[in-house]
Amino acid sequence: MIKKVSKHIVQNEPLLFEMSSPGKRGYQLPELDVPNVDAESVLGTQNVRPEIEEFPEVSEVDAIRHFTRLSTWNYAIDLGLYPLGSCTMKYNPRVNEVVARTEGLAWAHPYQSEELSQGCMEVIAALEQALAEITGMDAVTLQPAAGAHGEFTGILMIRALLEKKGNPRKTILVPDSAHGTNPATAMMVGYNVKNIKSNERGMVDLHVLEEVVTEDVAGLMITNPNTVGVFEENIRKICGLMHDKGALVYMDGANMNALVGIARPGDLGVDVMHLNLHKTFSTPHGGGGPGSGAVAVAKVLTPYLPGPRLKREDEMWRWNYDLPDSIGRVRAFYGNFGVLVRALAYIMAHGGNGLRQATLDALLNANYLRALLEPYYELAYKAPSMHECVFSDDRQAQKGVRTGDIAKRLIDYGFHPYTVSFPLIVRGALMIEPTETESKRELDLFADAMISIAKEVEEDPELVLKAPHSTRTRRVDEVTAARKPIVRWKAPQPTASLAAD
Amino acid sequence: MRYLPKSDSERREMLDTIGLQAEEDLIAYLPPDVRFDKRLEIENGKSEYDIVDYFKQRGTQNANGYPSFLGAGVYNHYRPVLVDAVVSRGEFLTSYTPYQAEISQGTLTSIFEFQTMVCQLTGMEVANASMYDGSSAVPEAAMMAVRITRRDKVLIARTVHPEYREVLQTYTKHQGIPVEELAYAKRGLLDLDDLKKKLNEEVAAVIIQTPNFFGLLEQVDEISELVSRKGTLLVVVVTEAVALGLIEPPKAADIVAGELQSFAIPPSYGGPYAGIIATREKYIRQIPGRLVGETTDADGHRAFCLTLATREQHIRREKATSNICTNQALIALMATVFMTVYGKEGLRELARQNLAKAHYLAGKLSLAFDGPFFNEFVARTNGKGPDEINSDLAKRKVIGGLPLGRFYPELKDCMLLCATEMNRRQDMDTVAAAFGKN
Amino acid sequence: MSYPESYKYTKEHEWVHAEGDTGTVGITDHAQHELGDIVFVDLPKVGSQLTKGETLGSVESVKAVSDIYSPVSGEVTAVNELLATSPEKLNEDPHGAAWLVKVKLSSPEEINNLLPVGDYQTYIGA
Repeated sequence: MIKKVSKHIVQNEPLLFEMSSPGKRGYQLPELDVPNVDAESVLGTQNVRPEIEEFPEVSEVDAIRHFTRLSTWNYAIDLGLYPLGSCTMKYNPRVNEVVARTEGLAWAHPYQSEELSQGCMEVIAALEQALAEITGMDAVTLQPAAGAHGEFTGILMIRALLEKKGNPRKTILVPDSAHGTNPATAMMVGYNVKNIKSNERGMVDLHVLEEVVTEDVAGLMITNPNTVGVFEENIRKICGLMHDKGALVYMDGANMNALVGIARPGDLGVDVMHLNLHKTFSTPHGGGGPGSGAVAVAKVLTPYLPGPRLKREDEMWRWNYDLPDSIGRVRAFYGNFGVLVRALAYIMAHGGNGLRQATLDALLNANYLRALLEPYYELAYKAPSMHECVFSDDRQAQKGVRTGDIAKRLIDYGFHPYTVSFPLIVRGALMIEPTETESKRELDLFADAMISIAKEVEEDPELVLKAPHSTRTRRVDEVTAARKPIVRWKAPQPTASLAAD
Repeated sequence: MRYLPKSDSERREMLDTIGLQAEEDLIAYLPPDVRFDKRLEIENGKSEYDIVDYFKQRGTQNANGYPSFLGAGVYNHYRPVLVDAVVSRGEFLTSYTPYQAEISQGTLTSIFEFQTMVCQLTGMEVANASMYDGSSAVPEAAMMAVRITRRDKVLIARTVHPEYREVLQTYTKHQGIPVEELAYAKRGLLDLDDLKKKLNEEVAAVIIQTPNFFGLLEQVDEISELVSRKGTLLVVVVTEAVALGLIEPPKAADIVAGELQSFAIPPSYGGPYAGIIATREKYIRQIPGRLVGETTDADGHRAFCLTLATREQHIRREKATSNICTNQALIALMATVFMTVYGKEGLRELARQNLAKAHYLAGKLSLAFDGPFFNEFVARTNGKGPDEINSDLAKRKVIGGLPLGRFYPELKDCMLLCATEMNRRQDMDTVAAAFGKN
Repeated sequence: MSYPESYKYTKEHEWVHAEGDTGTVGITDHAQHELGDIVFVDLPKVGSQLTKGETLGSVESVKAVSDIYSPVSGEVTAVNELLATSPEKLNEDPHGAAWLVKVKLSSPEEINNLLPVGDYQTYIGA
């Protein structure tokens, strides 16, 4: 019995271009208070475009209806749980949205004089400090735009430090459980990637590591807790091992939601790490971004941070560009400031103690689900779970049902699927992370749904294999989308008609 | 705490189910030498009112409501109120990347519309679902050109935004892609002789910007002619998207790398913005970032989904076209709503107003360069330097333009000024007066 | 689907059909089955030099990419244009119409070290 949802509001909504009609408008500009100029004379006729071909023309009413209708086709955190592992889809506090729109902050131009930007600079300084405290690191840069961007920044810094010592080395070690951005990033910094196998507990294997760390290895990219939700218990030894060989440790902080207030990567020997502000720090995903990939470093790497850096001078904040060893800029201006405001607001709302409580609740939620689901799904690793738990579809696979099918059936129960088929080291993975902002009621509904699906797999596997059944859109044909990609709308071609005699 | 929806009795019930006594037991297994047992040195949690107030105070420490004549890659344009009305909807704001197509058709459909409108605006055939910003779109375009041509050299005009050029250097440094800069000529445009000198069959891409950093329209067709003769790709950067409402799009480009901040994205002290990469159909498999494609569902109805994912990091890992994962979907949605509200005629009228405003102000000043410009131009100072002029203006609560000496020492007596539909005549008169002109 | 006796096979699931000093190369039915619906095939250009054991291209399904390793060394003399427009043919007829490339073998004796049909079938547990 499906407890959570009933049928969805259905609309057949065309694309903007299909509802466009010449002369419709959704805007009105103020009158010009200066003389008009003739574009052709001023720019040269050849430089003026005759029109923006096929650009839509709709009214304000059409526009609001169109986007509102589209929005009803989306699942969202505001509607329910996203059990996506390592995505940390927690509640996006609305006060964050309000403060990001504070006029003096939202309209600040990055090239305004420093005298007129002290408010923005204070926000950046405050967030850098809070994140340094949370991670136990010595300095933070807020320039990178997302996690992958942060990884890029971090590995660039590692390279810069090693180059300064005379040898950048050749290889970055990446566990086979790592997120795809890790090896992709290493390549962008001119390194080879060597994959290292995880042990039977899903963790980095110390023996394997000992064997592969040579003087050619620049660093190790480690995720902690790792992508199976388990704390890397040997992290101190791992960092020691790497440092002994003159290599550095990069920590992918995507799973920081398990550590805030409980453990600090800087205390454990990590040299550099990124944080996903759009995960741990509640900034909204917005359908795919924006994010922010703050990077925290140990003292040894501070000279290489991207510039400019804030410095305090005569009671004022100033931008310091005099950074001889900096890796340079990874993007224009200072960072995704609008996202930084939201992250700082989140930290302020919780406070020191509150952040720790949030972490404990995240662990509680994940372990609660693990306990409820363990009788029905194959637990991938027996080690204690932190903020997420990972199952494999081994039991259901015996009936021909895989993790992707179970995920699609979950949609009928009113939930977004968990993370499917990742990490790659688990066969048919189901990775579940509820986060701390889920109530017991929502978790119970989710567990009921998963248990019900497990029963369906036994009794009526077709129901699961053909899911979802209740969504406005049935299963989408991704194969044709990849074989014959159509990535833009085109006006229908007039069909040739036979001339009348 | 208001974001933690569990009562203590519920916590106890859940702990019972797990077989633990207290929440602390959840981390008891961690070795003591990894645990942080102190208190984080962060103040106690604050009320909503305190938080709003904190940021209000920060806002007052900034220029608040000052008219501004800054452009240089970030532009002040009206934000139609519909933009926030749409992006504030929880279904857009708090939704995830649309990997599960069946329950993300809202996001996917609007991205498909976005991709289409970007193509229509830029004159290209395919566009992706956004990059972090214009500055990171440039190195991504360069890397695309390197992959496509299998050459490794890149030439970039000095008239491309200086910070964008810095970012290109950072990205290319360790990928074996040497970058050389091209000079600008007396008229402020790309020096075609310098281009001819440095262009050869080893160059993967030539990167120019139009309107360029000085606000001038580049000779895209002439440059394209020269570049294509060597089999090199032409990358055109656009930082002021409103210009495309009126000026011919760079149809001769092979790749357009741009910034859509002008389209209802608040300046927000530097970000978040929305970059774009648009190109020819034949390069579609080399484009980085997410792509939304049209398809059908099991019942034969039109539906959209993310496609060509095999280019991306989560599948290709070390062989990916880029490491990008998260992009700027919500910001791109702001731009989509903006483009919808203005539409075909509105964008044109908006661009015309920008042209009129900038030419009014420019008419009162002496310009460093004499070519056609859109809404930005370089003005020469006389006696009073740019910093002094800006100090004077700040006293009158006006933000002047960008003193160019910071990026172009040879132009240290010049200021880059931008005037948009938001600048009022009286403020432009104030600026002219500060220059010592009337 | 049957595995032709005149073909030789590799453990990476490629096949070669040698006729004189020309070899036709493809992937096996087992491989296409494992890959699922194929959406794109990336092949080398005519004239490229292939080395036994190195990648000659890749095959993509919606969610995965697999490298194809060349079972032989030599110069590519023909590339199957059919796969550019109809990658699904690789699922339908991997041993016949959906061959990948034809190669002028530089070391024809390499074929002798490849698996005959019986050994390959044993290997895949057929």
